Amino acid sequence: MRIHQGTFSFLPDLTDAQIEKQIAYIIRNGWAVSIEYTDDPNPYNTYWNMWGLPMFDLEDPAGAMYEFKKCREAFPKHYIKVNGYDSSPMWQAQRVSFIAHRPTQDDPGFRLKRTLWSDGRVQKYGLEPYVVDKPAGERY
Amino acid sequence: MTETVNTTDLKALLRQTGVPEVLERLERDLVGLIPVKTRIHEIAAYLVVDKLRRELGLEAARPVLHMAFTGNPGTGKTTVALRMATILNRLGYIRRDHLVVASRDDLVGQYIGHTAPKTKEILKRAMGGVLFIDEAYSLYRAENERDYGQETIEILLQVMENQREDLVVILAGYEDKMEQFFALNPGMRSRIAHHIRFPDYTEEELVAIGKLMIAEQNYYLDESAERAFLEYVRCRRMLPNFANARSIRNAIDRFKLRQAKRLFEQAGQVTADDLRRIEESDIRASRVFQECQELEKGGEHAP
Repeated sequence: MRIHQGTFSFLPDLTDAQIEKQIAYIIRNGWAVSIEYTDDPNPYNTYWNMWGLPMFDLEDPAGAMYEFKKCREAFPKHYIKVNGYDSSPMWQAQRVSFIAHRPTQDDPGFRLKRTLWSDGRVQKYGLEPYVVDKPAGERY
Repeated sequence: MTETVNTTDLKALLRQTGVPEVLERLERDLVGLIPVKTRIHEIAAYLVVDKLRRELGLEAARPVLHMAFTGNPGTGKTTVALRMATILNRLGYIRRDHLVVASRDDLVGQYIGHTAPKTKEILKRAMGGVLFIDEAYSLYRAENERDYGQETIEILLQVMENQREDLVVILAGYEDKMEQFFALNPGMRSRIAHHIRFPDYTEEELVAIGKLMIAEQNYYLDESAERAFLEYVRCRRMLPNFANARSIRNAIDRFKLRQAKRLFEQAGQVTADDLRRIEESDIRASRVFQECQELEKGGEHAP
């Protein structure tokens, strides 16, 4: 199955040229570009690993593309996303985020995890990616 | 290729890019520097030809545009670098008309592992434009082999080689020290296509620059002041720590201070003309004349 998280996730994968244009859009809006990666695609995993610090004073997408490519080189078997953070007052939040690189087109998907709660009279449900059965770094 | 390119085409193409305007402004604003201007004209012409060749499908490797500016302090290296960014941008060799100025402090870290992120940060910021490294020779300290500057140079070389379409690097510094720097880092020399030498200004050029600066700030020299200024320039050139146009700029700032003081001391009404005029006394009060005299005297007494 395909992981659908963030913007553009229902579209075919973006090419490098398209990613560069998206980064140019982020910079044009005055947002900071950051690159993050993970091999735990759980939708509740909001803390992906940061690839370097957010790039606050870029003028041109080339700098961010450079970092993105470096990250992809180092972690070809991880999900990599590109974020745009708006630091202006009242926002101070992430404005855009999209997956720019996938380790595989066919992710094993998620297991429905059932947990008995409160003496077995309540059932709690959760999601767990099948890949997390394997240790970190060997998942894809 | 059956298409013919005549000279008018070439000129039209150059005009289209808006580069001649920049070159004209360079000509107008910068006094002297003939070898530098000639070189920049050459580079501009070459880039236009290269662009045209590309349009006609004559493939060629992208020209290497990294440059080294060498010359004494105050000879206009930074000013020219700024114009260079505009020229390269108009010719479409860099995407943005921006110049990031960096020195050793901005590039080299304080401890192990600090240098690479610091250098990359600056490189990323400069991408799409021009990175101007002032006093580039200070990146390499021959006397300390554990100096982190070496790391900066390695990263710089890598990016200069692999990301030629993203970044143009201009190194600047004093001639002798840059010569040493290149001798110790042959990789750097071979990656730089254009070595441009900035000559010292002659006395006439310095006077012309001074007058240009004074006029730009809406001041003027009266007749006797003009003579004093000429003498001032001659004296200042002989004294140590002379930094060409920068010294002249500083001198003019001091003239302005003395003029303001004089206006306060001469009580009463002040006209608009008074506010603009710099008099002989404002210039003559300078310590430079004394020092110059002493120097000459010393010279006579010297064995």
